[in-house]
Amino acid sequence: MAVFLLKRLGFMILTLFLLSLLIFFAGQIVPGDPGRAVLGPFAANSAVQALDHSLGADQPLLTRYLHWLGGLLHGNFGISYQYQSAVAPFIRPALVNSIKLAVLAFVIVVPLGIIGGVIAALYEGRAADRVISVTGLSLSSVPEFVSGIVVIVIFGVTLKVLPVTASAGANASAFSQFRHLILPAIPLVLVLFGYIARMARAGTIEALNSDYTRTAVLKGLPEATVIRRHVLRNSLLPTITVIATQTGYLIGGLVVVEVLFNYQGLGNLIYKAAQHHDFVMLEAGVLIIGVVYVVATLIADVLLTLLNPRLRIGGTQ
Amino acid sequence: MSGSMPQPGAASPVDPVAPIDRTGGYLGPTGAAAVGAASRATPARWRLLLRKATFWIGASVVLFWVVCAVFGHAIAPYNPLEQQLLVNNQPPSGAHWFGTDPLGRDVLSRVITGARDILIITPLATILATVLGTALGLAMGYIGGWFDTVSSRIVEAILSLPFVVIAFLFVVAVGTSLLSITVIIGLVFTPLIARTVRTAVLVERHQDYVSASRLLGEGPARVMFGEILPNVLPAIVVEFTVRLGYAVFAVVTLSFLGFGIQPPTPDWGSDIAANYSGLLAGYWWQTLFPALAIATLVTAVALIADSIEQVLNA
Repeated sequence: MAVFLLKRLGFMILTLFLLSLLIFFAGQIVPGDPGRAVLGPFAANSAVQALDHSLGADQPLLTRYLHWLGGLLHGNFGISYQYQSAVAPFIRPALVNSIKLAVLAFVIVVPLGIIGGVIAALYEGRAADRVISVTGLSLSSVPEFVSGIVVIVIFGVTLKVLPVTASAGANASAFSQFRHLILPAIPLVLVLFGYIARMARAGTIEALNSDYTRTAVLKGLPEATVIRRHVLRNSLLPTITVIATQTGYLIGGLVVVEVLFNYQGLGNLIYKAAQHHDFVMLEAGVLIIGVVYVVATLIADVLLTLLNPRLRIGGTQ
Repeated sequence: MSGSMPQPGAASPVDPVAPIDRTGGYLGPTGAAAVGAASRATPARWRLLLRKATFWIGASVVLFWVVCAVFGHAIAPYNPLEQQLLVNNQPPSGAHWFGTDPLGRDVLSRVITGARDILIITPLATILATVLGTALGLAMGYIGGWFDTVSSRIVEAILSLPFVVIAFLFVVAVGTSLLSITVIIGLVFTPLIARTVRTAVLVERHQDYVSASRLLGEGPARVMFGEILPNVLPAIVVEFTVRLGYAVFAVVTLSFLGFGIQPPTPDWGSDIAANYSGLLAGYWWQTLFPALAIATLVTAVALIADSIEQVLNA
């Protein structure tokens, strides 16, 4: 178990290192120099050079990478081009906002997806299964801004029951914040539903066809007991891992949803940074997203190992 | 793309179920071992596809949009770029079935002609990703060793980012043109396809026919592309159709965010971005119709992908 965890931790650090390289060098492809990008085409050359120097943009590539990486490790993400102030204070509130939205989406979609998938599996090949599977597949292929617009038209414009902006404003009550987040959460729920239901369905069908289920049925256990005690316990295991790996996707979806609903989260932050060619901010935001994903995957691995003792023996499967 | 988005197609590309139908199955150099995977792509399997209602629905909708993409400017009732400022923001009527936008352009005409760029970019990007991903996946799975370890780490690092985010990094760096969007989406999808192909190759490389052809003195390239590739092709076909759906998803999302196809070119994603603030004023037709166009196209591609996957993995 300890060896397994250490190995996973080592891989995680390696992945993060590669990620930092990827992000940093993507930022170096940008044509022109950052000083010129900030000050515009009419600024004096000397001013551009002075700004480049203060940003460190006139240093060699490797020096800049090491400097950037060193700063990151001390929680210093650099100076934003667009705001001319430190990036770090922008990251934290944005991350908190994004997590609120993501948690709400997960809380809604996980039970729904699992119930949908289990029902589809119990009625495999019949009408209920086809309806759930095809609906889930269709919904998960529709981009978030498309379903977002449909829910805005229905609930915000036609029925006028829910607010169409995500931010409840400063000092809003928890309930008001929650109300503002319902509509933005729906597009994320719709995309994830099909995927989670599909995984839960596959896991349940496999468990239903297993020898232990047949034994349980043959020894005369009531159907509800068989499903609860033998089928679900085995089928939900893989689903948990799948859910954790979807956090990465979820953040991608957040970019679109936060822009559509004008919500001040991490997605909106990197969107604005990309619009303003603010590479320092963009790199910091992207790196945070990578860290969140890698940590979520690690947690999923640990959770799976704890829940499934068979995986502990071999170290890795 | 676990990491970027859900990926139904990646689950167990090659399962060890015994083949049902061997008519026309390609018998590999050493026979039986190759049958398992190769027979999945027999004509009989493809005929099963024609019996699936979901396949027909998906194919008809895609065909409809292909016709719009090719003949769009001839079919469209108005010029999609022509501005008639006197009739702006008109609701759907006999003259303008889908209404008009804030500049007085006909929404129906823009929806019809908007199919073109998407249907050019997505197949090209997916083909690029499939070719590169297949080559990389074959090499990772067959060569193995340090090459596989290093490549797998890099692939995992890339996959830890959602595609929108990677696309941001590169689009901001190299700019938005049809070519750059195609290449970026192709490159972003490459590691995903490589991972699927690698998994399929790992199953195949221990088969007898692979060792046999190696003993006959075939070089690594010949073994990879001549022997293993035909046997992992069904998995690649499934992966290709699934990715095609996500490529549409990716292009329209980038366009919506302003990093894809640029105005005034008619495009569903950028038209929605330009007009969705009008929703609150009640101009729902300006966004709803492009949104429905996107929804029908992506759903249709997903239905086709799902039917192919079911038929090949049945």
